Amino acid sequence: MTVLGNLALWVALLLGVWAALVGFLGGSRGRADLQRSARHAVFAMCGALLIAVFAVEWALFHHDFNVEYVAAYTSRNLPIFYTWSALYAGQKGSLLFWATVLSVFGSLAQLFTARRHQVYLPYVASVVGTVTAFFVTVMLFAANPFSRLAYTPADGSGLNPQLQNPGMVFHPPMLYLGYISMTIPFAFAIAALASKKLDSDWLVAIRKWTLVSWLFLSIGLVLGMWWAYVELGWGGYWAWDPVENAALLPWLTMTAFLHSVMIQEKRGMLKKWNLALVIGSWLLSIMGTFITRSGVISSVHSFTESPVGYYFLFFLLFAAIASFTLYARRLPLLTAEARLESMVSREASFLFNNLLLVGVAFSVLWGTLFPILSELVQGTKVTVGPPFFNQVNIPLGLALLALTGIGPLIAWRRASLPNLQRQFALPVTAGVFTGLVLLLLGMRDFYALLAMAIGGFVLATVTQEFARGTRARRRQYGEPAAVALAHLVGRNRRRYGGYVVHTGIVVLFIAFAGMAFKTETEATLKPGQSASIRSPYGWTYSFTHLGISQFDQLNRQVTAATIEVRRNGKRAGLITTEKRQHVDALGRPTFQPSTEPGIRSDPLEDLYLVLGGVVNGTEEAVFRFTINPLVWWVWYGGLIVVLGGLIVMWPGGGSPAVKRTQAGYAVRLVEEGK
Amino acid sequence: MSVTRREFFSLLSAVSLTALYRPVPPLTAQTPDSLPGGGPSGRLWDPGRAGRPMEPVTAADNSAAIQTIEKRLRCTCGCNLDVYTCRTTDFTCTTSPAMHRQVLALAEQGKTGPEIVDAFVRTNGVAILMAPPKHGFNLAGYFTPSLVILVAGVLLLLALRRWTRATPAAEPSAAPPPPPDASPAELERLRHELEQFTD
Repeated sequence: MTVLGNLALWVALLLGVWAALVGFLGGSRGRADLQRSARHAVFAMCGALLIAVFAVEWALFHHDFNVEYVAAYTSRNLPIFYTWSALYAGQKGSLLFWATVLSVFGSLAQLFTARRHQVYLPYVASVVGTVTAFFVTVMLFAANPFSRLAYTPADGSGLNPQLQNPGMVFHPPMLYLGYISMTIPFAFAIAALASKKLDSDWLVAIRKWTLVSWLFLSIGLVLGMWWAYVELGWGGYWAWDPVENAALLPWLTMTAFLHSVMIQEKRGMLKKWNLALVIGSWLLSIMGTFITRSGVISSVHSFTESPVGYYFLFFLLFAAIASFTLYARRLPLLTAEARLESMVSREASFLFNNLLLVGVAFSVLWGTLFPILSELVQGTKVTVGPPFFNQVNIPLGLALLALTGIGPLIAWRRASLPNLQRQFALPVTAGVFTGLVLLLLGMRDFYALLAMAIGGFVLATVTQEFARGTRARRRQYGEPAAVALAHLVGRNRRRYGGYVVHTGIVVLFIAFAGMAFKTETEATLKPGQSASIRSPYGWTYSFTHLGISQFDQLNRQVTAATIEVRRNGKRAGLITTEKRQHVDALGRPTFQPSTEPGIRSDPLEDLYLVLGGVVNGTEEAVFRFTINPLVWWVWYGGLIVVLGGLIVMWPGGGSPAVKRTQAGYAVRLVEEGK
Repeated sequence: MSVTRREFFSLLSAVSLTALYRPVPPLTAQTPDSLPGGGPSGRLWDPGRAGRPMEPVTAADNSAAIQTIEKRLRCTCGCNLDVYTCRTTDFTCTTSPAMHRQVLALAEQGKTGPEIVDAFVRTNGVAILMAPPKHGFNLAGYFTPSLVILVAGVLLLLALRRWTRATPAAEPSAAPPPPPDASPAELERLRHELEQFTD
């Protein structure tokens, strides 16, 4: 099978190079035969890579430990779905996964792009071919998943215990799908530049792709936070690790694009900016890959240091120079079709929203790369950890949150003072009221208080928008409230789906603010002994150690401590936290013992228990007890964001022209000033 | 005896519900041997499975002042975590407990928080800090993002002013526009519908 896999990779490389060359030539010379050939090459490349994936999975499931990758990431007793997910657990496999998914997306773009956008497809094939060929080249020359060992071990090393979590099955693929699908909008942007067809047509072609990318990145980020929280045991979900940052960067710039693209669609403005955002987002996704795989920045997520990093650095530079050279040559063609009419308009607020989103992205990138910069300038490497990022980014994040509420309240083109007063009255009152109530209730953390007050303002904005829209429909069509609301959302999914996303963002920010009140303590307890900790809500939790049991389970030896929890003396349940010693099929330990936190979650707070270890081999054990307020809302905020994204991208609804006709009247336009 | 279909399904539902019913076990008081402080603390069957042996936690380990110091110091094991988080999370790490003991020793000598942090910086360099100290080139680290955004914001404001001034205002018409060919009710409906399309 490894021979077949290697062969498939070589075929994929040749097909990728072919698609890259022929696609470009076919597009620039208008040769239909070459265009067809490029399209077919993308399909064939996809087939070849799927065969390579099949070959890796075959080796994984057949425990072919002579294959280095299989021996490094699996063992005979690894549960079956982790054996499957070992495909992307290591550097080599994840490169194959990336290339394959890209070729699948490239094929889908060729198949499902509307006929009126066909002019872009040869160039899209060319870009997809180039990027895929690059990934296959890296595999063939630096990280081949089919390379064999000189001997065959009796069993593999197994999968890192921290990767043996359901999050492993979903989080990396989601993040990869977000990263990879970003290549398609990038390919269309390059196609628009190369073909000089720079009207808003290419934006229509990539609308769904950008949403897909953004949605997958959002899901990937939230799943990553969840995984870190339930698996890593430090009691948090975001550590500003370089790899987390690398995933956040393109999400921020894509979010900026999803806002600014509306201005181009409605007013024909910001053409240069939108193209730059799409190109920049894709380059950031490649840069994230470079950071993860080069070892240039220390990260808990990093793959081992390898020459792969140099390949990525070279490719990143090549792609950036090529893209922006082409972009610069087309700048004269990218003139705006309209101008701003007022500084107090939705367009202007979107510009400031973009400024802040890109500003936060810059700030995160700056912090991530600052250790390298410091070493270059000062000769000393500094550490840039959470205290730095929190200090720099919390104010920016709060400003961004405020703009989330301000933007929808300002009219397109020009807002009048009475209009602003009418729009802002209720939300501002809600925000101030929220802040005052929390202040009176004793909340003193400045940023948390501000986050919640701004959250109240934004939620009131969203509620007001839904209420006004629903009321208008009820008045006009006499529909019941629920039906009016459903029709309102259904008729304008992008607008109201966007508001749902904004609601999710508010929920996330409020949840983040909750972490300001995190409380924790360590204790050594013998069975029967208790430790107490006071919740930020005022009640007292007592944790009683009931005892420790040891047993075998799947591919691990478990040491489990059971804790009885009481809230103000009233029994609130049992929590179990574990130490897991993973073993291979021969019973040999494969990794250091890992910790499995015990979590009891409710909308107000999470109780997060960690078994540190035992004293003198007895049941006397060291525990860490943490109370994390509002964490529950991080997951549900993420869910709301995803739900909003799904509403926005749900098919149907028709074009704006169709929707206007459906509205039941015709408009007679009167030329202004005549 | 004939059973109707309705009776049959009612009976089936009743039997199913009975089968699904599980009485909630009564909460029992703890047995005397598990009263606080009185537990047996028996030996584990295989202590090796429970990871590195631990020392009992002391009051100093939970001291807020010590934790504040340790949250400023980076564990040098390569985990990227601060000393406190590492020693209370990665229980396989031997570096963070050693650094913790060092912090405790310095605190026992009567050193203040900043003095303890300085002692670590003298030994390990500034990379031991979780965030770079705010002086010299590091200030660029802290203030560049905000400055860049501020400058970009000012430039954007200026550009907006220029764009909006350059936009020709609608010239006053010589004659008033013709009255709309619609009733006030229709115009109101139009206004509401248009509001919905302006996302």
